Amino acid sequence: MTDNRAEFAGRHIGPGPADTRAMLAALGLPSVETLISQTVPKSIRLDRPLHLPGPATEAEALAELSEKMGRNHVLKSFIGQGYHGCRVPPVIQRNLFENPAWYTAYTPYQAEISQGRLELLFNFQTLVAELTGLPVASASLLDEATAVAEAVGIAFRHHREKRSRVVLAGELHPQIVDVVKTRAEPLGIEVNGGEIDADTAAVIVPWPDTFGVFRDHSAVIAKAKAADALVIAVADPLALTLLEAPGKRGADIAVGAMQRFGVPMGYGGPHAAYLAVSDRLTRLIPGRLIGQSIDTKGRPGYRLALQTREQHIRRDKATSNICTAQALLANMAAAFAIWHGPQGLQILARRVHALAARFSAGLAAAGFAIAGKEIFDTVTVTVEGRARRIAAEAELTGRLIRVIDEDRVGISFDQTSVEEDLLALSGLFGATPPSEAELMLPERRRGENFMTQPVFHEIRSETEMMRYLRRLADKDLALDRTMIPLGSCTMKLNAAAEMMPVSWPEVANMHPFAPAEHAEGYRAMTDELEGWLAEITGFDAVSLQPNAGSQGEYAGLLAIRRYHQSRGEAHRNICLIPSSAHGTNPASAHMAGMDVVVVRCTDEGDIDTADLKAKVEQHSQNLAALMITYPSTHGVFEEGVKDICALVHEHGGQVYLDGANLNALVGLARLGDIGGDVCHMNLHKTFCIPHGGGGPGVGPIGVKSHLAAFLPGHVEAGTEHAVSAAPYGSASILPITWMYIRMMGGTGLKQATELAILSANYIAERLKAHYPVLFKGRNGRVAHECILDTRVLKENAGIGVEDVAKRLIDYGFHAPTMSWPVAGTLMVEPTESEPKREIDRFCEAMISIAKEADRVTKGEWPAGDNPLVNAPHTAAETLAADWTHPYTRLEAAYPGGDPDSSAKYWPPVSRIDNVAGDRNLVCSCPPVSEYLGAAE
Amino acid sequence: MATTYFTEDHEWIRVEGGVATVGITDYAQEQLGDLVFVELPEVGRKVAKGDVAVVVESVKAASDVYAPADGEIVEANTALSSNPALVNSAPAGEGWLWKMKLSDDSQLSGLMDEAGYKAMIG
Repeated sequence: MTDNRAEFAGRHIGPGPADTRAMLAALGLPSVETLISQTVPKSIRLDRPLHLPGPATEAEALAELSEKMGRNHVLKSFIGQGYHGCRVPPVIQRNLFENPAWYTAYTPYQAEISQGRLELLFNFQTLVAELTGLPVASASLLDEATAVAEAVGIAFRHHREKRSRVVLAGELHPQIVDVVKTRAEPLGIEVNGGEIDADTAAVIVPWPDTFGVFRDHSAVIAKAKAADALVIAVADPLALTLLEAPGKRGADIAVGAMQRFGVPMGYGGPHAAYLAVSDRLTRLIPGRLIGQSIDTKGRPGYRLALQTREQHIRRDKATSNICTAQALLANMAAAFAIWHGPQGLQILARRVHALAARFSAGLAAAGFAIAGKEIFDTVTVTVEGRARRIAAEAELTGRLIRVIDEDRVGISFDQTSVEEDLLALSGLFGATPPSEAELMLPERRRGENFMTQPVFHEIRSETEMMRYLRRLADKDLALDRTMIPLGSCTMKLNAAAEMMPVSWPEVANMHPFAPAEHAEGYRAMTDELEGWLAEITGFDAVSLQPNAGSQGEYAGLLAIRRYHQSRGEAHRNICLIPSSAHGTNPASAHMAGMDVVVVRCTDEGDIDTADLKAKVEQHSQNLAALMITYPSTHGVFEEGVKDICALVHEHGGQVYLDGANLNALVGLARLGDIGGDVCHMNLHKTFCIPHGGGGPGVGPIGVKSHLAAFLPGHVEAGTEHAVSAAPYGSASILPITWMYIRMMGGTGLKQATELAILSANYIAERLKAHYPVLFKGRNGRVAHECILDTRVLKENAGIGVEDVAKRLIDYGFHAPTMSWPVAGTLMVEPTESEPKREIDRFCEAMISIAKEADRVTKGEWPAGDNPLVNAPHTAAETLAADWTHPYTRLEAAYPGGDPDSSAKYWPPVSRIDNVAGDRNLVCSCPPVSEYLGAAE
Repeated sequence: MATTYFTEDHEWIRVEGGVATVGITDYAQEQLGDLVFVELPEVGRKVAKGDVAVVVESVKAASDVYAPADGEIVEANTALSSNPALVNSAPAGEGWLWKMKLSDDSQLSGLMDEAGYKAMIG
């Protein structure tokens, strides 16, 4: 067999035929099939090829998708309703959005190799804090609707889950109301428009409302304060560049969509939502928060702060099930704000407002009733039964407007709107806009004194912006520089051909609520993708709406809950979850209104079937679901999984299979065949959507037919129970997965799975003499990842798992997953995409680290001063005049011994002090005035 | 004369004149690592046995500390707001968490004494 890489699969998969043979030889195996038969239990093997179209080349797949997406009819949108046209500055599009240094990075758990994206996310938080006037802003949430729901969650927890009402003080966008109500129902929270009382946890104040109007909420805010209810402002960030900050008007929490800060609408996503809170709510913030700390030399460095709030620590007591942010999109928004600066943003905002004010004045003069006196960008017009006709006429001019009901239309102006639009839209009403109009903004505005931090003022030329983005990216390790062997994260290739369609105008510039007949291309792509994913996983129906894995879990459990309710079994509320489960599982179950009962695991890491049986029987009457990951979070194919599923079904429960480890299954076995009723699949793991440095993620769910009626709906389709703001969630990145499956075909996908398993077993084999490999299957094989026990180093040399992780940085590697699922261990997942040469380089680094630890054990290096505990080493320290360590500079910086190593990476900081960062939380850059104040 | 009790959740309770002072043990602080934050209870809050009274946070874990008996919080150790490290340096002394007036101190009768606790942690 020659190394024929004409087909895409041969490029996607790292090891070629010769490498594969060498890895098999190391394992003493004759063939890949032998390995798979030793690894995957026969009882669950799929005995036929996947029914998918044959593999297409890159050119063929691009042409096919281009033809499909060409069927989209993209008109200029004036719909608004949370999504606005904007211009992505080309310097950001090319150097950030389309740059693998940014989009292939992982969530910044390893702070020292993530300073670039952490810095930009910190800028995002600073931007949000400045706009909202609230001191603590998070590193973004999934979308505006879920952000409002998360804010409600903060209020609920703030009141220790004892207050059960949330009052809507005005009209939010309908999709937000639906998502919030869906989230509130299982928790027993009522969301309505009534009076504020002692049971009210929060009041939601739209700023402006769905009609574009700012109403006077001062009385409501005063009442909320008197009742000790939190005030949640849902505010448009572009409007906030001109208006007094919500924090100054009494808001405890502010949320909103940052999409119009330079992120394409993308038929609904992905984009970042923002959330900011007052100090006292800091520890209730869901999701990611970036904090500033110091490194061992006292230099400032960024890191993820307050992680104990999160599900991976707190499980069902976590602040939320959310595990990710929209890092790439938040970073685009931050870059957009840096690019324009505060005055530039105000110019944009004033221009948008002027168009809206002139439009409004023209229509008022023509005798139309306009909603409200104070607006920013949106004009709601009463047209008495003519709404659809006017919208149809607008379409003829190439423009989309919002039909609110038969009698009202909404017109939203944005950064892309021009004079010609104003004239054409006014013409639809027989109106002529005045050349100037009075401002219609609310009275209380902000001046120019905001975003005073230097970063928002220093970068104005494209040369500076290009270099700024490059310098930040150079601080980070992403897939464009090294393997990222994070167990459970599946950091595989995000191929260029897969990424290209995301930027196509017919993909990027579509409003999510454009008429269905305009989105035929999207529909053709999503229909096909749903079918393919159903075939791959063995389910009957798929929803692409959940815009993160955690959202998928939540949507799946909600489907189970509603299924039980539909059968008169609403009392079924027990969710069994093994102790080995990822913390998101119990957190999601809690959100879906279920009580978590933990099932024990055996010392081998399998579910303790005796304990499971006992608990299933004990809770038989109230059993709602069993939630398990397959193969297990320990990276093992458990033998008895089919029996476990059957047992749960016998007792009236449903089986939720967490598809986190789907990369070990595709083409070999199907979760639907094993006995799952619902599963979620992480398209950002198994199906090539990049991690974006901490989001976006996409977590569709597959269900059996009996649950299909309970998949998330959407108000725009006349249905309910949405889990995301847009009907197709993060629609614009779905083409990545479409391209991957189309180019791999069934055979390629199966081969990818086989190679992922082979590579993991090869690593386990190479390293087992140096680190015990935990949790193997019956034949001594691991699945697609392996757990290396570094506790031997701790016992012998006092070297902790963190020392190993940080030392890998000196070797030019991103550490594997640390201390999960077992404390003191590293979980390694190479994926099929890593070439054998890179895998060998990693193994050699790990072996070399074991030898270094050995020198500490032998006393050659002291326990307190050796290259492991001092790792990572910066260039500044290594080159400093003083060198007092008992090892050489070369041993510090080029531990492989080869100073020519092209993989050398210099971390910008030494080890970051986590304790200092959490004890003294700094999560935004203070305004310049504070420095001046301090200097006085 | 004060009596000191220990719980299986690694808390100590020192009772003097119907008022209990509660903290976490040296073993517990060592397991948690450097504390970064202590969420203190409101003075005047009524708690039932088993309610979460305090949350202690290190960078790697957040742990609930439970009320060992029914009663009312009469004092919280506010020094911990600015210096949570006191729990690490003096868990049985300056790092105490809260004081509560006990409704019924017989609820403490089943708890361990120091020797019993030491035997439990081995």
